[in-house]
Amino acid sequence: MKPAPFTYHHPTTVDAALATLAEVAPKDGRVLAGGQSLVPTMAFRLSRPAHLVDINGIKSLERLGLDGGELSIGACVRHAAFHRPVAEGPLGRLLSTVVRHIAHYPIRVRGTFCGSLAHADPASEWCLVAATLGATMVARRSSGTRKIAAGDYFQGPLMTALSEGELLAEARLPLLPGETRYGFYEFSRRAGDYAIAMSLVTFRLKDGVIAEPRVGVGGAEGAPRRIGTAEAALAGRAPTAQSFTAAADAAAAAIDPVEDAQASVSYRRDLVRTVVRRALERAAA
Amino acid sequence: MTAKLDVTLKVNGRTHKVHVEPRRTLADALREDCGLTGTHLGCEHGVCGACTVLVDGEPARSCLMFAVQAADKEIRTVEGLAKDGKLHPLQQAFTEHHALQCGFCTPGFLMLATGILERQPDISEDDLLDVLSSNLCRCTGYENIVKAVRDAAARMKAVR
Repeated sequence: MKPAPFTYHHPTTVDAALATLAEVAPKDGRVLAGGQSLVPTMAFRLSRPAHLVDINGIKSLERLGLDGGELSIGACVRHAAFHRPVAEGPLGRLLSTVVRHIAHYPIRVRGTFCGSLAHADPASEWCLVAATLGATMVARRSSGTRKIAAGDYFQGPLMTALSEGELLAEARLPLLPGETRYGFYEFSRRAGDYAIAMSLVTFRLKDGVIAEPRVGVGGAEGAPRRIGTAEAALAGRAPTAQSFTAAADAAAAAIDPVEDAQASVSYRRDLVRTVVRRALERAAA
Repeated sequence: MTAKLDVTLKVNGRTHKVHVEPRRTLADALREDCGLTGTHLGCEHGVCGACTVLVDGEPARSCLMFAVQAADKEIRTVEGLAKDGKLHPLQQAFTEHHALQCGFCTPGFLMLATGILERQPDISEDDLLDVLSSNLCRCTGYENIVKAVRDAAARMKAVR
């Protein structure tokens, strides 16, 4: 239960971090942010990075703020920053609702938003938020910066579009229009556990019918994603038990559930139906 | 082996100069290098909370931080709670409410509760239960821990 040896780097600027990463990433170097997922895997020796580039000393990565209609979340912004709404309107409230489902308080004080996205656990709440709301990931390396859309970013369990030597420097979430409704529902066995299935939905009501529905499902497949058929079952319909059931059924039919020690395929499919319906009911309440 | 580093840890107001590998966790450094064995290690992967200490006033799992990352931060452990031979209100309340049996998880619970009550003395019942769910206890069934923390919260407020 002790991590394997590694060489420790602690740059204080992004440029220095990128230069170090360029050098050590090919030699099994990894970024260390909050460490709340990476360090346990090191304790189990499931990962044994030869180098760790600790970014906790880089002040500019602590930035959390509005920027051109988007919420910009720097790589060192902790989960706990979202306990209170960080932006006016539905987005800040949505994030403060979801954050309470992430592990436990001491973990939330240390773990980071971008670290969750970089780790890409299928059951990560922030990954579901990023996929559902259409976040943009800002990946930097010493030779340049690129932006990656959420739809291209999540590629499977613990797999992302980030390549060797890239730092997820920032995640950007679009602000939600004032009248946007949202609902989040997660099922796990104990408070703070990983989700067995969860759903985040957003929509607006225009003339009594649903507009711009987004239905995201996480924890059920290798990566979180929006379910187009469930959204189609909602668009233009009234927010009724009937349309919610249709969307929930569509989501259950669309997913390809993973099987693990906690849940079989059929149980997880049934859970997806339930979490989508309950998320929609919360959004409508 | 990688080269050992000189790290200065500030624990309970005292300076400890330690010479450790980067992979040395804060928990191990406190116990093995500072001799402060009040911090307990249960699961060593961030689940049980027995190793919870305060880092700059916030509760943190000391098994999920490397000692080198804690350099120059203000660390507080269970050894720093009692003052002049007098138990901290939380320690006193844990004793009176029978909030421990074997005591293994107790240092972690005490530091978790200290951190949260100092920051949020008026914490709501729901939030308190949410915070206390962070740590595991295999003896008490938690009820007495919750009672003790509630009682200590009232005592700490009365003192303020």
